[in-house]
Amino acid sequence: MPLEKKEFKPKIVAFCCNWCSYAGADLAGSSRLTYPADVKIIRVPCSCRVNPMFILRAFEKGADGVIMCGCHPGDCHYSTGNYYARRRMTLLFSMLDYIGVESGRTRVEWVSAAEGVKFSETMNSFVEKIYSLGENVRLGDLRCKN
Amino acid sequence: MQRIGVFVCHCGSNIAATVDVSKVAEMALMEPGVAHAEDYQYMCSEAGQAKIAAAIQEKGLTGIVVCSCSPRMHEATFRKAAERAGLNPYMVEIANIREHCSWIHKDMEEATKKAVILMRAAVAKVNLNTPLQAGESRVTKRALVIGGGIAGIQTALDIADAGYEVDIVEKTPSIGGRMSQLDKTFPTLDCSACILTPKMVEASAHEKITIYTYSEVEKVSGFVGDFTVDIRRKARSVDMNKCTGCGVCQEKCPSKKAPSEFNRGLNTRSAIYTPFAQAIPNVPVIDREACIKFRTGKCGVCSKVCQAGAIDYEQKDEIITEKYGAIVVATGFDTIKLDRYDEYAYSQSKDVITSLELERVMNAAGPTHGHLERLSDGKAPKEIVFIQCVGSRCADDRGKPYCSKICCMYTAKHAMLIRDKYPDVNVTVFYIDVRTPGKNFDEFYRRAVEQYGVNYIKGQVGKVIPKPDGKLLVQGSDLLDNRQILKEADMVVLATAIEPNPDVRKIATMLTASIDTNNFLTEAHAKLRPVESPTAGIFLSGVCQGPKDIPETVAQAGAAAVKAIGLLAKDKLMTNPCTAHSDELLCNGCSSCENVCPYGAITYEDKEVNDHGIRETRRIAVVNNALCQGCGACTVACPSGAMDLQGFSNRQIIAEVDAICR
Amino acid sequence: MNPGKKQAEMIREISGVNPLKCMKCGKCSATCPSYNEMDIKPHQFVSYVVNEDIESLINSKSLWKCLSCFACVERCPRDVKPGKLIDAARQMVVRKKGQDYLKADEIPELLDPELPQQLLVSAFRRYRR
Repeated sequence: MPLEKKEFKPKIVAFCCNWCSYAGADLAGSSRLTYPADVKIIRVPCSCRVNPMFILRAFEKGADGVIMCGCHPGDCHYSTGNYYARRRMTLLFSMLDYIGVESGRTRVEWVSAAEGVKFSETMNSFVEKIYSLGENVRLGDLRCKN
Repeated sequence: MQRIGVFVCHCGSNIAATVDVSKVAEMALMEPGVAHAEDYQYMCSEAGQAKIAAAIQEKGLTGIVVCSCSPRMHEATFRKAAERAGLNPYMVEIANIREHCSWIHKDMEEATKKAVILMRAAVAKVNLNTPLQAGESRVTKRALVIGGGIAGIQTALDIADAGYEVDIVEKTPSIGGRMSQLDKTFPTLDCSACILTPKMVEASAHEKITIYTYSEVEKVSGFVGDFTVDIRRKARSVDMNKCTGCGVCQEKCPSKKAPSEFNRGLNTRSAIYTPFAQAIPNVPVIDREACIKFRTGKCGVCSKVCQAGAIDYEQKDEIITEKYGAIVVATGFDTIKLDRYDEYAYSQSKDVITSLELERVMNAAGPTHGHLERLSDGKAPKEIVFIQCVGSRCADDRGKPYCSKICCMYTAKHAMLIRDKYPDVNVTVFYIDVRTPGKNFDEFYRRAVEQYGVNYIKGQVGKVIPKPDGKLLVQGSDLLDNRQILKEADMVVLATAIEPNPDVRKIATMLTASIDTNNFLTEAHAKLRPVESPTAGIFLSGVCQGPKDIPETVAQAGAAAVKAIGLLAKDKLMTNPCTAHSDELLCNGCSSCENVCPYGAITYEDKEVNDHGIRETRRIAVVNNALCQGCGACTVACPSGAMDLQGFSNRQIIAEVDAICR
Repeated sequence: MNPGKKQAEMIREISGVNPLKCMKCGKCSATCPSYNEMDIKPHQFVSYVVNEDIESLINSKSLWKCLSCFACVERCPRDVKPGKLIDAARQMVVRKKGQDYLKADEIPELLDPELPQQLLVSAFRRYRR
């Protein structure tokens, strides 16, 4: 059976901390600043709640990109959460790089509650990057594909 | 298995115009655990909430997903509605299909698809939700106000009048703030000091108010209802209890070369000083950098002349620790530095001044004793040019992108006062727009033009050139006449942009209050909660939240006070039940979680556990639910996966990830 | 697409300026040293681009009276920078003529004694490689 060439619609997961980035995403929404619908946001209390396992899980399940947004360094609602997040992600990303997942598929951005514009710009550029990278085949679990 | 009800809101046309809501409801019924799905015009309305309650009771629902606006908007509303219908409020989840979907996407098919996915993620999460019980924490019935300007004073007075203790922390030696530097106030031309000083006196005399001047907030810990704050009382070198405020020390002090902060550096003050005559408290401080005794060890004149023996060169900074239930930030503003606006020759000529400096020049207690004169040669000016929007409304990084709001009005005030007192002086104002929204504001501006003959020219000034004869050549454009103007002036006054006090960033970090790129503190909701920070227990008063004039500041100060009183009036607060907890069978007592916890909420206990029939005593992490704020740092640090966060558990988030990637 | 619109878009592309950011403060005209020589004043350049009337710009005296001193570029508070728009309009004229550079030996005969020296200096400064 010939494989049908489907239009590439990436799956992108965004982890947003409740206090800054999620509010920034809300502001992008209320300011009607568009970004592609491929981005789906998961609310977490703080960027430090994002377990690297969640990101691996997303890739395993077929996500093409994962972006994590938190408060700006120094502005974390829980004082230090985003510092931990930053370290964890640095480590995770270098390991992803090692196993051959393109570094553009993951990103950490600091978006404050007042930065709706930055949120939408970040999402636009991230989605654009994912489009240019194409489908993620490296980590995807074949059993999860239909 | 849960029995989940999915409620899709149209939000009028806000959602329904771009998302096929009935399709979302229809798709919801195919999700595991969903027992009921419906859509309705306004889910947050009385009728919408009644629908939720009815469905809970009729269908025996155990979980709710509301597809609507942001959870930051109405999560509390729907949780309360569920609670009233007998469901645990934490069994409610929101799928944000407005801010994150309908408002940002245009294509109906695409938006509907995304809304369905967001709904699925929420359903997947609710399937794993467990009922949570909120705990209680106590409220310390004392408020802290950071900043002793008109905003801080008004907030403190209002809180104190309601019967609660208030502390004001002020960085400078006296309360009063910017308003004490103003000469007159618009639009009534009241004398600023005459309306401010009674309030300062009232605050200092109020039995419920403690004022810490020359003090700074050093450290903040805790949370709403129970903040612990370290306040650094800088060494005044003067004993506040002994000093009588006679002022002899200031008179006799031989070091008189320090620039006066109060007069914006236009004249000098002694090394031992009170910022201004009506200072509260009327106790001087020694500026140790200017003081001869501190620099060379020789002098001590103030100590000799002080009859009360109040001078204490050995005094050291003192840290006091106090508990507060609520904190109000009232840190105010400063004018921006003009070093990047050299075209206006501010640094080249003494006769180019900012409006705040003009305020001091016009004031009887100012450097010229209230006479309008050129600061370079003391001559009376005949031609004065005002330049508006210096650094305001600026798209590049030289200035500020916002309108400073007060400049149009104070310039009209200055122009009017000058024309009134010195009718032979010509006043020209270069403006881009005159913005006078406010009660009696436009009438005031029109009076300046019609009655006082102030010459308003639409157009900005390009440069100011100091001439060898001391005059200033002002080159501006007149856009309405379409010509370039070259005008000789004796004085140029710059309506300099205002910016939040630079210290506010440090304070926001300590309070974990969010702050925007312009250093204004962010409010919890731009329209509906304008005086509260998103961080519970932190309230905003005055210009730290955005540019404001005095009446607005006072109004906001009162509003912030009411919000703080509302908090202090409660005996107990419900705590966030979304806290961490550790699985004692998995925990190996490694201390990783304790190390990352910012609240010290994790301790270790030796506990007897029953691990599959083996009874033994193990060192196990225990979370103090009153201290835990639910950030989740520990959950990721835990190597054995014993730590989990209620409400945002590993399984729940993974379920969401799976649902999105499905 | 009408020619004006196309030309306006070209100006926006060459200059990298969004003329809609202008708040009409007039600081460019206030600061311009050759204001009196110009028929279309620097601040009006912006509205001509917004109104897509590029022909008038190209045929104006101002186009060649601008000294490219960049005072307006430096001082514009809104990042509109009329000097860049003028530059872009000049570029369009040059491109119309089929080449976007001059040969060195063509320069002397083009030199006009009326031409302000600063313009030459500025041009060399800008187009050097």
